[in-house]
Amino acid sequence: MERIPILRMGKLLLVTIQVDMHDRLAMTLQDDLTDRIVKDEAKGVLIDISALDLVDSFIGRMISNTAAMARVLDASTVVVGMQPAVAITLVELGLTLTGVKTALNVEKGVALLEKSMRR
Amino acid sequence: MSTNNDAAQLATLIQKFNEPILQSWFEQLKAKAMTFDSGAGEATRKHCGQLLSLLGSAAQRGQLDNIEGREWDEVRQLLAEVSQNRARQGATPSETAIFVFSLKQALFPFLRSELEKQPEALASATWAITGLLEQLGLYTVQVFQESRDRIIARQQQELLELSTPVVKLWQNILALPLIGTLDSARTQVVMENLLQKIIETGAAIAIIDITGVPTVDTLVAQHLLKTIAAARLMGADCIISGIRPQIAQTIVHLGVNLEDVITKATLADAFLIALERTGAKITLDNKG
Repeated sequence: MERIPILRMGKLLLVTIQVDMHDRLAMTLQDDLTDRIVKDEAKGVLIDISALDLVDSFIGRMISNTAAMARVLDASTVVVGMQPAVAITLVELGLTLTGVKTALNVEKGVALLEKSMRR
Repeated sequence: MSTNNDAAQLATLIQKFNEPILQSWFEQLKAKAMTFDSGAGEATRKHCGQLLSLLGSAAQRGQLDNIEGREWDEVRQLLAEVSQNRARQGATPSETAIFVFSLKQALFPFLRSELEKQPEALASATWAITGLLEQLGLYTVQVFQESRDRIIARQQQELLELSTPVVKLWQNILALPLIGTLDSARTQVVMENLLQKIIETGAAIAIIDITGVPTVDTLVAQHLLKTIAAARLMGADCIISGIRPQIAQTIVHLGVNLEDVITKATLADAFLIALERTGAKITLDNKG
């Protein structure tokens, strides 16, 4: 079955979504990610959606839920690389991902996570 | 009495009296107080001549009662060109229509003298030619209207693009000076421009300056908040600056919630805080 790879970089987990998200894939990712956060004792999660140019309300809610779950497990989440069209769509859908940190690219996202982990 | 017969009448008439009809038509146009400068007069004369000869050859080939046919392609093309030119020069629609309608006055005296002995043929031909010229006249007005509409649409588009520049103020700092009322269409353009620029420059902070926005109502505030939310999703923070005292009062009276947004009274203040956020330090040299 198709899966989205989760890479470990020290205390961080990197999830790069390179394929079109469908609902089941999103649910699998949520399961895998929560498992990995616990197993690897990750303190930060980086979700790179720069290759995603289509989102619906379900995927938007999934991202925001995943961030909330990671927070419960004591890992902060940064969503990076959102396309302008995706940002506009999410705002029009009323999903502003409150409580989720965002950054322009992976580099800035890592910097943001390291800053928040030092505190 | 078939329409083919009328078409043939028209064709012969134009062939026979080409020059005098042209002269008379041109006089009519002048008399209708259409203001010409010498250049435009020359152009009009040329158009008259072309139209008349095309009309003649089209009448030879086709029917008078339908100008949508292939035979009338060239005539329609010329008329479209003439009325587009006039639309650009700022002529009124009636002036454009008169260009075609005044051909009637030029044509009918010749038609009458030609068919003096056959009143029935005269009546039929008059009827057919009137119908034809009316169709052609309406066609010019329609083209005129369409080209005016196109001009207006293009100007609107240009205005949209003109009024929403995104300026890079400093490394990682963008400014978005908004001027004029924010409606949904403009917000869309502003948002797209801002997000595109954030990607291009990798900016972390965007200052939205609303000094030039005359009024802020709930709708405008909502559009602003949407833009800010979208920029945040791309990883850039927004600061609103240039809030005038009246606008601050309006915002509070309307109950708009701007608490999650950094707001500053002037662009200078916003720029200062943006510099601090990006880690820049400012020192004043006291020599000056």
